[in-house]
Amino acid sequence: MQTLSNRRGLGFWLQLGFTLLVCALLTVPMVMSMLAGLTANYFVGLKSGLTLRWVEEVLRVYSGTILLSLQIAFACLACTLVLGVPTAYALARRPGRIARLVEELLMMPVAIPGLATALALIVTYGGVGDLRSSWLFILIGHVLFTLPFMVRAVLAVMGSIDLTTLEEGAASLGAGFLRRFATVVLPNCRSGILAGSLMVLTLSVGEFNLTWLLHTPLTKTLPVGLADSYASLRIEIGSAYTLVFFLMIVPSLILLQGLSKRGRPSV
Amino acid sequence: MSACAQDASLPHRPAAFPRAGSGWKGEPLRLAALLAPAAAVFAAFFLLPLVRLILIGAGGAEGWSAYLTTLIDPGHLDSLLSTLALSAGVTLVTLAVSTVAGLFLVRHHFPGHALLVALLTFPLAFPGVVIGFMVIMLAGRQGVIGTITQALTGGKLVFAYSMAGLFLGYVYFSIPRVILTVMAAAEKLDPRLEEAARSLGASPWRVVADVILPALKPALISAGALCFATSMGAFGTAFTLATRINVLPMTIYTEFTLQANIAAAAALSVLLGLITWAALAVARSVAGTSVAAAG
Repeated sequence: MQTLSNRRGLGFWLQLGFTLLVCALLTVPMVMSMLAGLTANYFVGLKSGLTLRWVEEVLRVYSGTILLSLQIAFACLACTLVLGVPTAYALARRPGRIARLVEELLMMPVAIPGLATALALIVTYGGVGDLRSSWLFILIGHVLFTLPFMVRAVLAVMGSIDLTTLEEGAASLGAGFLRRFATVVLPNCRSGILAGSLMVLTLSVGEFNLTWLLHTPLTKTLPVGLADSYASLRIEIGSAYTLVFFLMIVPSLILLQGLSKRGRPSV
Repeated sequence: MSACAQDASLPHRPAAFPRAGSGWKGEPLRLAALLAPAAAVFAAFFLLPLVRLILIGAGGAEGWSAYLTTLIDPGHLDSLLSTLALSAGVTLVTLAVSTVAGLFLVRHHFPGHALLVALLTFPLAFPGVVIGFMVIMLAGRQGVIGTITQALTGGKLVFAYSMAGLFLGYVYFSIPRVILTVMAAAEKLDPRLEEAARSLGASPWRVVADVILPALKPALISAGALCFATSMGAFGTAFTLATRINVLPMTIYTEFTLQANIAAAAALSVLLGLITWAALAVARSVAGTSVAAAG
């Protein structure tokens, strides 16, 4: 067989088999958990029939966590856009040692475990007014964690286009800074802003390391609810809940894969 | 004179560029103003709390030596060492698995290739708790591995709720990111190097060991450091599988919530932060600025 083609020899099939095995390791549990969320009785198996009962139950019990997660994710997106895009612009405009240092500092909340950041926030702001019991406390953590992803995504695009020449063209025609920023800089960075936004939404909806310490019984997000349901409820409900979570993040993951295929460096 | 013209890193600027109107005046000030909101938020909600945390770690009667005392406490040291061993093991296994799969996917194209790559990189943004649940689906009491082993041998293999389950979870989590890094680096390899080695009579194994792996080394070190740092600091997966698993993030969590020993929790988090930050600094220095960010 090996003599038929040196590309499709034994080595090819062995490596293909190995790669498929790795793929199975990653996808089989996903498929199983989705099926479990739709199966009437997981212990009996699929022959017990398919049902939406568990999904309905999750939506009934946990809709609060889903809504809160969406609320935090979009608020987080708004914050990272307002803070991150101008930051990326400033860093792209004056590259150098200071820009690198700023980028390095901004990356720290990602480099340091979320548990440490959450502890730091609690010991510093845990006693300030009602902040500890407010959803804004979780939002602060999420903004710190996701901001570098927005900055990097936008910065990557700004680095690949000739921003200076574009801006000089606009300036020579008399456009002031705000006009240049709104009509030249932002439209040219669309793809980076889009990739960064999708990344921020996906990360915020799934954030657990920070959120577990920052949340209170009244501010439970989706991943906090997931951890609850895994620990205490039957496996069908945990699975149905996971299915709802997958449905929420899959669209943005697919869009992100599409964006990175078009040659954009993915974050 | 505009400060911009002094900037040596903007080489394409024509020397005699006419400065248009007031558009460029005060640019440094404007850039500083654009940076200010993010800097203020960052300083108030990250740098200040971090300093506070570091001070609390040294706030007891012992002062700064409390860091050393906390570290050499047998329980903590044990937890630190097992976390280091776990992360090193996860890193090695993930690098080996992802290099084989990633190289294969770059060097061979076949029907279904794009789908396979998409599936392999899909779990990239899963949170730790969901990864934990995937491990339960694989190796839990009603998991696939248990079902298969029961059918084959009669004994049910269940290891999700232990260090082995955590190991599987971290490998699961790290594979997509490392495969992406390996593929990106392998696509940039010069195929002529490999052809030259072949034409000189090198066996396929020699080509891999002497040509391909050395060329991939920076990418592998950077991806490995990232994988190591993530495994050190991750919390959600251990939390889902079992609170008794003795890894540093769980120890910190227990010190903080159950023992209310805030000084020890602070000292251990600072220590853990230093380790992960140093690992990522290695990743960045090896890979330049192109390193993917940790998730």
